[in-house]
Amino acid sequence: MIIPHPILGPRDAQEFVYLGDASLLNRPDWQCDNAAREFCDYQYLRGNPAGIHRELWFHEQGDRSWLVVTRDTTTHEILKAELARDVARAGGTTK
Amino acid sequence: MTYSGFRLIKEALTGHKGWKAAWRDPEPQPHYDFVIVGGGGHGLATAHYLAKVYRKSSIAVLEKGWIGRGNVGRNSTIIRANYLLPGNEPFYEHSLRLWEGLEQDLNYNAMVSQRGIMNLIHTDAQRDAFRRRGNSMILHGSDAELLDREEVRREAPFLNFDHVRFPIKGALMHRRGGTVRHDAVAWGYARSADRHGVDIVQNCEVTGFRIENGKMRGVETSRGYIGAGKVGVAVAGSSSKVMSYAGMRLPIESHVLQAFVSEGLKPVLPGVITFGAGHFYVSQSDKGGLVFGGDIDGYNSYAQRGNLPVVEDVCEGGMALMPMIGRARLLRMWGGIMDMSMDGSPIIDRTPVDGLYFNGGWCYGGFKATPASGMVFAHLLANDRPHDTATAYRFDRFEKGLMIDERGAGAQPNLH
Ligand SMILES: Cc1cc2nc3c(=O)[nH]c(=O)nc-3n(C[C@H](O)[C@H](O)[C@H](O)COP(=O)(O)OP(=O)(O)OC[C@H]3O[C@@H](n4cnc5c(N)ncnc54)[C@H](O)[C@@H]3O)c2cc1C
Repeated sequence: MIIPHPILGPRDAQEFVYLGDASLLNRPDWQCDNAAREFCDYQYLRGNPAGIHRELWFHEQGDRSWLVVTRDTTTHEILKAELARDVARAGGTTK
Repeated sequence: MTYSGFRLIKEALTGHKGWKAAWRDPEPQPHYDFVIVGGGGHGLATAHYLAKVYRKSSIAVLEKGWIGRGNVGRNSTIIRANYLLPGNEPFYEHSLRLWEGLEQDLNYNAMVSQRGIMNLIHTDAQRDAFRRRGNSMILHGSDAELLDREEVRREAPFLNFDHVRFPIKGALMHRRGGTVRHDAVAWGYARSADRHGVDIVQNCEVTGFRIENGKMRGVETSRGYIGAGKVGVAVAGSSSKVMSYAGMRLPIESHVLQAFVSEGLKPVLPGVITFGAGHFYVSQSDKGGLVFGGDIDGYNSYAQRGNLPVVEDVCEGGMALMPMIGRARLLRMWGGIMDMSMDGSPIIDRTPVDGLYFNGGWCYGGFKATPASGMVFAHLLANDRPHDTATAYRFDRFEKGLMIDERGAGAQPNLH
């Protein structure tokens, strides 16, 4: 798989480390009423879709930036790669 | 029809005209007391034990494609009971004992072969960890032996003992572990379940559940609606997808795992050898092919095929461990979709929906679990209580902090 890095251009996925669903960007508020429940869901539950998936990849052997990659889990086709920083600033992702 | 040596001779002398299909191809009934979703090893074993041991009737197994198309026909066939933790080891030892009597129980030759498994040791720390694991296995009634370097050499002289990075210092030997012909397991359970009255319905995909007031009423399928008293889901890599029909999100990610087979060779490997440090394991099939594999690819996937970097990684592991493997040509390779759970251990439990039960999260180790998984899932479906050897496999262990994390890797499915 080749990841189209927004700054460095096309890079081999081998240079990256995979973390998982990009909803991990949306850390729950630790002061909300049901924080324990929210953190449990955040930590353990996943949508795990067959199809389009937004996911976090870390460019460990490159510029060490975190990316949000949009990929089809049924074909491995990569549709988009954004800086996770930009996605988080724009309000994160949905579950 | 019961299979026997006598039968074989009779058929051989009469032109093999008397063999019948091993199971029927029934039309689905409008309603069953028990519907098992998924005709993999676990679904078929569940149906078999539900009918034979728990004496239930009106049972159907609904399979999206043909039985054996999933992981039960894609795995590297290793069976073992060499776990450390109390939540796991009694369950896997239960499974190993069921394997030991499986062929008589099913009247089917599944080629269960207890040829032994060696987990190689390269450092003092690893020896300590394996000694501890071996003790845990023995305490739970299984078998384990710590081999030193010379004893390993006697078993497998062809290994690279003096590798600069990973010299071989010994091994944890589990003699009752081994291999089983995987598709024969699916066929054997299917035939036996069928003989006990279970309807095995192929080309029947479950596409939704009908749930009324929190109670399961039946399943929507590609062959129409089928009413159900209780529904047990055992769909391995498709767990998240199927359970989403009941509005559930699971502590599971689907990942691809690849396996490889070389051309057929004369017998060369004594049993199963695992090289954990190099992410490689290998055994030899009865046809002679070296069957080997390594890590999952590591990203969410439903594609049933992996990518080349893992192929390279696995082959490097093989070359480091037993350089002679470089002379063998690769015949085929494939991938299967693993239901990787958040602690690397399975879930066999009720759900918030009355009458809906779940069996999944098997990661890359569910083949060895097939008999016990079927038995304990049948127990749960029949009695609404977990079987004694499966009390730890609950959904709520995550929120309660009762993880069964053999690897100690945390909630990171691609590291288990
Ligand atoms: C390459 C590889 C190597 C492995 N090696 C080992 C090993 O050495 N030892 C070991 O113990 N384990 C191993 N495993 C893991 C093991 O194969 C699995 O954990 C186990 O087979 C899963 O259970 P199953 O047999 O029921 O799954 P499957 O055979 O995958 O059965 C699930 C079935 O559900 C069906 N299904 C899915 N969705 C639906 C639907 N909506 N409606 C109806 N049916 C549906 C599928 O078609 C499939 O047939 C390996 C796996 C792979 C891929």
